[in-house]
Amino acid sequence: MVNPNVEGKKYPATAPYLVGREKIREFAHAVKSTNPVNLDVFAAQAAGYTDVVAPTTFAVVIQERSLTTVLSDPEADIDFSRVVHGDQRFVHVRPIVAGDELTSVLKVASVKSLGGHSMVTFETEIFDIDDQLVSTAISTLVVRGGE
Amino acid sequence: MSHINIAGLEVGQVIGSQEILLTRDSLVRYAGASGDFNPIHYRDDFAQSVGLDGVLAHGMLTMGVAVQVVAEWIGDPGKIVDYGVRFTKPVFVDAKDGAVVVVTGKVGNINTETNEVRIDLSVVCAETSVLGKAQAVVRL
Repeated sequence: MVNPNVEGKKYPATAPYLVGREKIREFAHAVKSTNPVNLDVFAAQAAGYTDVVAPTTFAVVIQERSLTTVLSDPEADIDFSRVVHGDQRFVHVRPIVAGDELTSVLKVASVKSLGGHSMVTFETEIFDIDDQLVSTAISTLVVRGGE
Repeated sequence: MSHINIAGLEVGQVIGSQEILLTRDSLVRYAGASGDFNPIHYRDDFAQSVGLDGVLAHGMLTMGVAVQVVAEWIGDPGKIVDYGVRFTKPVFVDAKDGAVVVVTGKVGNINTETNEVRIDLSVVCAETSVLGKAQAVVRL
């Protein structure tokens, strides 16, 4: 079971992640986007951006880095082999674009028990190099209880 | 640069629909792009060893492809300011035939004060809804 005492715990900011243009293109192809704003610099600039725009769910790549920190935290005691993704949400203040250098801070928003399972909700705030909030990724994991 | 006029929208209006074929290739590609290398998304023997019927798509892949209906409608994906889903059922991806996911987007709510429109997505695979409460908010 997940340690309920980690509710409210904040983890240190992750190392800066430089968002590459080709990484955005690779991710866009993987989610089957054919949108020129994701793929083409000129189309993105015509839409008012400095470079190609990341697909809506790209922030998961940044969230993943934060989650790695908490999943390896012995205090949280989360058995990753028993984890199922329950739900996911992204709230974007502005879109992520190529060239962004992003850090993230994860907070354990809640830990709940439900019939032998634990439900843990994480809030990952993603900041740019000027320390401005870019996105918040909210993820609930269901950790199945032991037999 | 939005070509959509909020005054012309109605709640319930269908904004678009797509049939998306997910194959094992799609899963491998998404694993590489996202960094999620959980073997339940590419190894049948591993998936079965943890009690699954077979390899399933990353929930995040289904979430990621589903919102493309909204991106295509709005033109500029940067206008999608909020997007959330609940992962209700797994999408099993057959090694040979893959899996077809049918996505339909409808106008769920219109806020003329904030100039925001909520699109509700229905995401169905093998006649079963696989994402619950799949909602994207677009700022026009």
